[in-house]
Amino acid sequence: MQKDIVLGGVGGQGILTIAATIGTAAVNKGLYLKQSEVHGMSQRGGDVMSNLRLSSEEIFSDLIPQGKADIVIGVEPMEALRHVKMLAKDGWLITNSIPFKNIPNYPEIDGVIEELKRFPKHVILNADQIAKDLGSLKAANMVILGAAIPFIGLELSDFEGALKMIFGKKGDDIVNLNINALKAGMKEAEKFL
Amino acid sequence: MQKIVLLGDEAIAQGAVDAGLSAVYAYPGTPSTEITEYILRSKEAKNGGIVASWTTNEKTSMEMAIGTSYAGKRALVTMKHVGLNVAADAFMNAAITGVNGGIVIVSADDPSMHSSQNEQDSRYYGKFAQIPILEPVNQQDAYDMMSYAFEMSERLNVPVLIRITTRLAHSRAGIVLGEKTPQNELKLPKNSRQFVLLPGIARVQYKSLLANQPLFEKESEEKGYNMLLDGKDKSLGVITTGIAYNYLMENFPEGIDFPVLKIAQYPMPLKMLREFYDSVDEILVCEDGYPLVEEQLKGYLDLGKTVHGRLDGALPRDGELNPNIVAKALGHEIVEQYETPGVVTQRPPALCAGCPHTDSYTALNVVMEYYGEGRVFSDIGCYTLAALEPLESINSCVDMGASITMAKGAAEAGLVPSVAVIGDSTFTHSGLTGLLDCVNAKAPVTVLILDNGTTGMTGGQTSQATGKIEDICIGLGVDKDHVRVINPIKKNHEENIKVMQEEMEYNGVSVVIPRRECIITLGARIRASKKK
Repeated sequence: MQKDIVLGGVGGQGILTIAATIGTAAVNKGLYLKQSEVHGMSQRGGDVMSNLRLSSEEIFSDLIPQGKADIVIGVEPMEALRHVKMLAKDGWLITNSIPFKNIPNYPEIDGVIEELKRFPKHVILNADQIAKDLGSLKAANMVILGAAIPFIGLELSDFEGALKMIFGKKGDDIVNLNINALKAGMKEAEKFL
Repeated sequence: MQKIVLLGDEAIAQGAVDAGLSAVYAYPGTPSTEITEYILRSKEAKNGGIVASWTTNEKTSMEMAIGTSYAGKRALVTMKHVGLNVAADAFMNAAITGVNGGIVIVSADDPSMHSSQNEQDSRYYGKFAQIPILEPVNQQDAYDMMSYAFEMSERLNVPVLIRITTRLAHSRAGIVLGEKTPQNELKLPKNSRQFVLLPGIARVQYKSLLANQPLFEKESEEKGYNMLLDGKDKSLGVITTGIAYNYLMENFPEGIDFPVLKIAQYPMPLKMLREFYDSVDEILVCEDGYPLVEEQLKGYLDLGKTVHGRLDGALPRDGELNPNIVAKALGHEIVEQYETPGVVTQRPPALCAGCPHTDSYTALNVVMEYYGEGRVFSDIGCYTLAALEPLESINSCVDMGASITMAKGAAEAGLVPSVAVIGDSTFTHSGLTGLLDCVNAKAPVTVLILDNGTTGMTGGQTSQATGKIEDICIGLGVDKDHVRVINPIKKNHEENIKVMQEEMEYNGVSVVIPRRECIITLGARIRASKKK
């Protein structure tokens, strides 16, 4: 088993929580993991990415080769598009549809969504709305992760276990909110299969 | 075997703790910050009485480590690559004093300048100081090398440099932990003059450093971090240094047929290199940094076998490596890729919403409209982002502290008034001495010390300047009537403009301190207090 995942977003949007959840789930499964992150200057509202590699065999490079990512996950639609160079031709593009506009020249959102739809395998979902309906916008990241679960090759229960480890200290309510967010995202992704 | 998931930086930190560390000193700098941060957070380190602290700069850190070593204990110093420039005086001389307790210096390089102003390669410093260098290939290596580095440092009486790059520092992997070594007991150096570098003593010690070079090389040959991996296809041999090995192997999922010389320790293992060189037709050198090994291998006249790498264009001359760049150098076919759609717009980093610096610069911009553009010398920190749109307030960013001294130089060349803008932590790092130069020369310079109470860009570490800035400025001789504190909030905009303008009109050294807490640390503080 080997899965290469690129996560894209804007500094401060919390892509590292998604990365940590996938990483914890993978390590608990006994898989090898490499997860490279962006720290420092770009974290100040710039575009950030994380490379996540899971494998049953030893992994060499911390960086995924261009054109070989199985999945690109965007917490933000334009940031998903920024990393399509990384995506394999038969890879899945999974993204939130709600833009994060902190630049004056953010392109027309309709054009961005149209570009996203050109990719043969895509899941585009309004994670913000789904999260709000569940009770907290903060869970949007987990909705997006949920939408990626069918393609990662790990079970929902693996991620539930990881969330318990990561959010356990914050109480059952937070854990359950995040688990429900995962499930809602998964359900949304099924519409695109 | 139980694995824990750690960043490369954290693996180094845990490795040091497990290696009997007694003290770590550091100034934060990307991509090195998480090493010392991890030790500061570690309960194990705290319970073990390990001293962990942020200091005013890398030079003071390095000197404290030499002091720890003098007292017989093991010390770690961590910094980003340009920090080693600041620490260089102490670093170079520590090679001559040698050690009592082991000293390990970690310098984190940033090829491609993700968060830096240059991409200098710290291995040159190690070579310059003629000390052993370790360059871990992966996070497990980084962990394992720490105990070896301290042990070797003491056994061979020499500080050891560990050189890492951004991708190793900021990538997580599962780490298997090793055995724990107890800390050293307090113990003075056997030779009471070891740390007295008077010329007569230094000459003797330098000769002993030179005499030890073959021992350092022997370590490189025998320790096992350097490996000559044979291959049946001798038409090419590949030399990799540090993490470049991973980018090479990524291109050979079924295993590689070419011989590979995997370098992770210096000085170069010459016997291994000779055997490798003689066995192959041509050589490709992959280094995540400057072409240090490649240049040496080619020599000035390039009379030997064909050597490919960064110097002949097989690999780009600058920037970090990645699997695709190495694939291209190997002549591998690159898989077809999607093009980035045209709608994708640049999203540069920016000051946070509510950042005090924005208000400081908004006022400064109004003042500078009056005096004319091109007069604002700035420094290194979040506030450097004011070079970009929309603020476009500053005209320089060179090195830590250079704002004040560049403003002095420009003012003395006739650019009056000249303005320096420096952060609180950068001010105590390297701004104090420059301010004293200004005071002594009565230079017509206005210095804005943006005091947000933290070292912001690297994630909010303790600032050594907090609560001391006015006293420092007055103590250095700035007239107390020209040390003015303002509150950079929108409501005070007009008043702040007035204060800045008054001080620029003053024909001497003046300091304006816009003081308001970093919005990020403020948020974190409020969240923490709510939890309680």
